[in-house]
Amino acid sequence: MHSFSPPSRRSFGLRLLSGDTPGHPVASFLMAVLVFVLAFAPLLFAGTRAVATAARVAIFVVLAASYDLLLGYTGIVSFAHTLFFGLGAYGVAIALAGSGPSWSALFVGSAAGIGFAALLGIGIALLSLRVRAIFFSMITLAVASVGQVLASQLHDITGGEDGLTFSVPPLLSPSFHPFTEPVLGVRIDGRLNTYYLIFVVSLVLFLLLLRLVNSPFGRVLRAIRENEFRAEALGYRVVVYRSLASAIAAAMAAIAGTLMALLLRYNGPATTLSFSIMIDILLMVVIGGMGTLYGPAIGAALMVLAQYYLEPALQFLAELTAPFPLLSAVFQPDRWLLWLGFLFMLVVMYFPAGIVGSLRARGLYSQTR
Amino acid sequence: MKPSERTLPVLLVLLIAALGFAAMPFTDWLTLSAAGLAMGMMLFLMVAGLTLIFGLMDVLNFAHGAFITFGAFAAGTVFARFPQLVASDRWEENFLILALAALAAALLSGALGFGFERVAIRRVYGAHLRQILLTTGALIVAEQLAIVIWGPDAIPVLKPAGLRGSFLIAGAAIEKYRVVAALFGLFVFLLLQGILAHTRIGIIVRAGVENREMVEALGYRIRPLFAGVFVAGAALAGIGGAMWATYAATVTASLGSDLTVLIFIVVIIGGLGSVGGSFLGALLVGLVTNYVGFLAPKLALLSNILLMAAILLWRPRGLLAAGGR
Repeated sequence: MHSFSPPSRRSFGLRLLSGDTPGHPVASFLMAVLVFVLAFAPLLFAGTRAVATAARVAIFVVLAASYDLLLGYTGIVSFAHTLFFGLGAYGVAIALAGSGPSWSALFVGSAAGIGFAALLGIGIALLSLRVRAIFFSMITLAVASVGQVLASQLHDITGGEDGLTFSVPPLLSPSFHPFTEPVLGVRIDGRLNTYYLIFVVSLVLFLLLLRLVNSPFGRVLRAIRENEFRAEALGYRVVVYRSLASAIAAAMAAIAGTLMALLLRYNGPATTLSFSIMIDILLMVVIGGMGTLYGPAIGAALMVLAQYYLEPALQFLAELTAPFPLLSAVFQPDRWLLWLGFLFMLVVMYFPAGIVGSLRARGLYSQTR
Repeated sequence: MKPSERTLPVLLVLLIAALGFAAMPFTDWLTLSAAGLAMGMMLFLMVAGLTLIFGLMDVLNFAHGAFITFGAFAAGTVFARFPQLVASDRWEENFLILALAALAAALLSGALGFGFERVAIRRVYGAHLRQILLTTGALIVAEQLAIVIWGPDAIPVLKPAGLRGSFLIAGAAIEKYRVVAALFGLFVFLLLQGILAHTRIGIIVRAGVENREMVEALGYRIRPLFAGVFVAGAALAGIGGAMWATYAATVTASLGSDLTVLIFIVVIIGGLGSVGGSFLGALLVGLVTNYVGFLAPKLALLSNILLMAAILLWRPRGLLAAGGR
């Protein structure tokens, strides 16, 4: 991959990134902008909606990056990532809705959700990867659909289709105002605390993932992805490594789910379990660049921006083509998924390395592979 | 595969039917068994192509559900175009419209399959990861295109007048349409088995599933054959979708993606690449779904997953895995 200098000679910044940089000035610039905007979002944007969008981007960066651990580094396609996302969110939602807004409930709920997600991740992996990696994709699809149905059927526990609305601990609640006056021009309130909780946890998780994929464990995963048979012949238990990767990715997705629940103070099947979120994650990771971690992060930011700007653009095209009904129907704002789907197919066919991967391939820093 | 290994899965289907027989009153059992068989046969039509495509070229098509959707819409459009044939009380006209609908479904889905194989599938031979991603993307695009063409709302699919209502056999009501669907599915299964067993093309297909390289080394060109199987599989899925929509009396753009989970369960249970296995798998899923739906409605949603898990624990490669896969 990249030049590998001994740890002692590496700068603190490089060590923080586990020696793994975006690998191209453009990618580095995009990442720097992303981190800067997310770090200072409450100062940069006035409205609560913009800040909530920034928090959503941070959560999706973790969700997409953890998915990349499976897709890009381990080479298996899971369709159950939203299930783990949902388990984390439901863990928090059920605990807080059931026993009131206390920190202990929050911790118990998230620990239960995260632990259950990790166990389920291992279980699915052991059942399917024992046979063929391709079974994993099909079985995760089936399990994810069961999760969705269960969440809407077990009305007493999950609130069914309506979901659960709950209060968060006072420190994180919007009604928390320790100071009447803004401090340095910023209103300190629960929303701000929630935002920075989300930002810091997301940042730490992302750095942890970077550490993980650049560790010996991550190297074995990549070896398995490149040549499963050879990795097995070298003595690595392929099933064990893939199952562990599945469990870690599941746990990370569940943590992202707990953050989502805290952000929205609500959770329902549509917000965390729906298949359209799974598709969003796939688009983020593949378009951004599989197996780079930075790619999914940039992809997550681009997807959120696209959802803001693609619909107005399509609206404009739909009005422009109004005389031709079929053409106009293709440009309906609701059809944005059609265009993203096309883009996704084109990327898979012609640029399988995605944005960051393609940049790296021609990057200044890319060394012998 | 030893003969005993082949007979055990057949016995399993009979065992499930017997368990159902023991667990409920006779008339209910008869009604549910007929429903289960009809559902199984329709599922079989949908998965036959999918499993053969996988067996031949190691291609797993997540967009197979799109052929189901387009077949269903084709049938719905044909029914809507000839309402007098649908409403007619003469059975010849009813069957004519059914045949027309099936033909339209097969043609549309087959043509889509032909184009999809040429444009997309060919580029990702031998790369599972990219296959799954590309075909998943294709499923999304196909669903959106179906909305563009037929609109976002459900379209009613009226079944021909002569096929509404039920037969009364031994006190059990059995819907006429289910009998027709089951018989048609059985016919296609026997036809497919006949072609695979007794024609030259069928023998090459079976040999290709067992060992593609060897067949190519012997001088047969597998790619055109695969393209043919892909188109035929898509057409069958289209007919299956048309029958499913006619039974459900409605079709939406999400039909294919909704059924994707079920058809994958059938394919996994049957063993990837095996037509006989997917036939048994489809029957098992059909029967279990109906029995459990009656005996323990709360478990109905989980029954197929549990069935799949149990079968995978017993035979990790599915009931009748082909070609050492």
